[in-house]
Amino acid sequence: MPSIPADLLYSAEHEWVLGDVEPGSVVTVGITEHAANALGDVVFIELPSVGDKVTAGEVCGELESSKAVSELYSPVSGTVTAINEALNSSPAAINDEPYEAGWIFKVDVSEEIELLDSDAYADHIA
Amino acid sequence: MNRSPLHHEHAALGATLTEFAGWEMPVRYAGDVAEHQAVRTTAGLFDISHMGEIALRGPDAAAALDFAVVSGMARLAIGRAKYSILCTPDGGIIDDLIVYRRDWDHFIIVANASNVDAVTEELSGRCEPFDVAVENITHQVSLQAIQGPKAVDIVTEMCELGAEDVRALKNYAWCTVLLSGDIHAMVARTGYTGEDGFELFVVPDDAVEVWRLALATGTPHGLMPCGLSARDTLRLEAGMPLYGQELSLSTTPYHAGLGWVVQTGSAREVMRPGLDGAVSLTDERVERGDFVGREALAAAKDTHDAWATDPASAPDDARVLVALVGESRRAARPGYAVMLGDTEVGVVTSGAPSPTLEKPIAMAMVHPSVSVLGTELEVDVRGRRENMVVSALPFYSRAS
Repeated sequence: MPSIPADLLYSAEHEWVLGDVEPGSVVTVGITEHAANALGDVVFIELPSVGDKVTAGEVCGELESSKAVSELYSPVSGTVTAINEALNSSPAAINDEPYEAGWIFKVDVSEEIELLDSDAYADHIA
Repeated sequence: MNRSPLHHEHAALGATLTEFAGWEMPVRYAGDVAEHQAVRTTAGLFDISHMGEIALRGPDAAAALDFAVVSGMARLAIGRAKYSILCTPDGGIIDDLIVYRRDWDHFIIVANASNVDAVTEELSGRCEPFDVAVENITHQVSLQAIQGPKAVDIVTEMCELGAEDVRALKNYAWCTVLLSGDIHAMVARTGYTGEDGFELFVVPDDAVEVWRLALATGTPHGLMPCGLSARDTLRLEAGMPLYGQELSLSTTPYHAGLGWVVQTGSAREVMRPGLDGAVSLTDERVERGDFVGREALAAAKDTHDAWATDPASAPDDARVLVALVGESRRAARPGYAVMLGDTEVGVVTSGAPSPTLEKPIAMAMVHPSVSVLGTELEVDVRGRRENMVVSALPFYSRAS
């Protein structure tokens, strides 16, 4: 069973969110270990840009591995305030540390949204 | 779904499994790129139990095979193997195969997992007039591969008897050995990665022990278990076609860059440069007997040659296989359109990021007029165009 940290929230599209999901708060977003394992070694990531407006459940980027391409969805709505540029040269961080060095982008949240807690996400991937 | 005899080994190693040709197989263990690089630098271990094996036995086995496939088989020596193709009477490809000669009257054919039933049925029909029995022995054989520069050291260390025979094996030759633990194995110096390597044929009951022996012997040499993902990027880099992508019923060997496999003469054996580097020719050329697809293939060769001489003469839907190398990080994938300006000139048949070249590589079927080396094309990668250049195969060759 892949790890699913209890202090994070999750989307059905396999992103994790660190922080309070409420207007004015900045959250950090990445993809879960489950998603990273399914993809395989990430060799290329197309990041959103700082300043992009993102909408919960909509595509904001792309992840590419040897075997597959996967769309990157934003789990929350708001504005992108930071992106993990290190992933351009070391996309493997997503596989090695999906919840730490493999973080992907940060969003200044514009509206609340219901996300899954770790138990609900565990049920979702079971 | 069929399960490999090694299923529990893969699960214990934490492999990600997938369905492939009706078999549950490992797609990766530690990671696609690490596994790929292990094969290029040390060694990789592959479970290829899903491949199909067919036995041809009988006094007419050689003559029957000569008729059934597009290459001469009667002159294949005992202890050697040969790559060949099974074509329809129209010249379309039913499967690509490796044929091993076990004895005067005994051949083993290894076919793609997805095609073993079709190949067995087709061979049985073609062999009817001959004194030979065709049997699908897939479930009586378990196949594993050890590929990479360290493969020869690893396989020889696994042998209780026959280590010297393994070390001395020429490319595309095989021998029988006794592996540690009293296990009989047929060891062939064949593979699908572009590296030196061996394929081990054992009975399914011995498969687990052989797998564990390979891991125990090979790990100190840097051996890693490798899945289907690495297998695909390795064969793609080596320029090897995959049935269902480069090869199909609607392609002839000539259009897929495999014209050299079709043999119409028997006195002249030409080995493809790069397989073992040896080319042997004799002065006499004896036309070999009839084989299925002979006339259609002769016509296909003429058409293909005409297109090569005068590409503009080829009809709009004419297609030949080319290699493409990209420059950005977004890879072309099977099915993506190949474009010249606003005109679609072909389709990608295989594509992935190359771990060795660190660029996207692909094989594609394109119009002859854009098949010349250096032609700059674009591929539509999910709505955006990426530049790719027509290059030569293979993308990678191992140092001799």
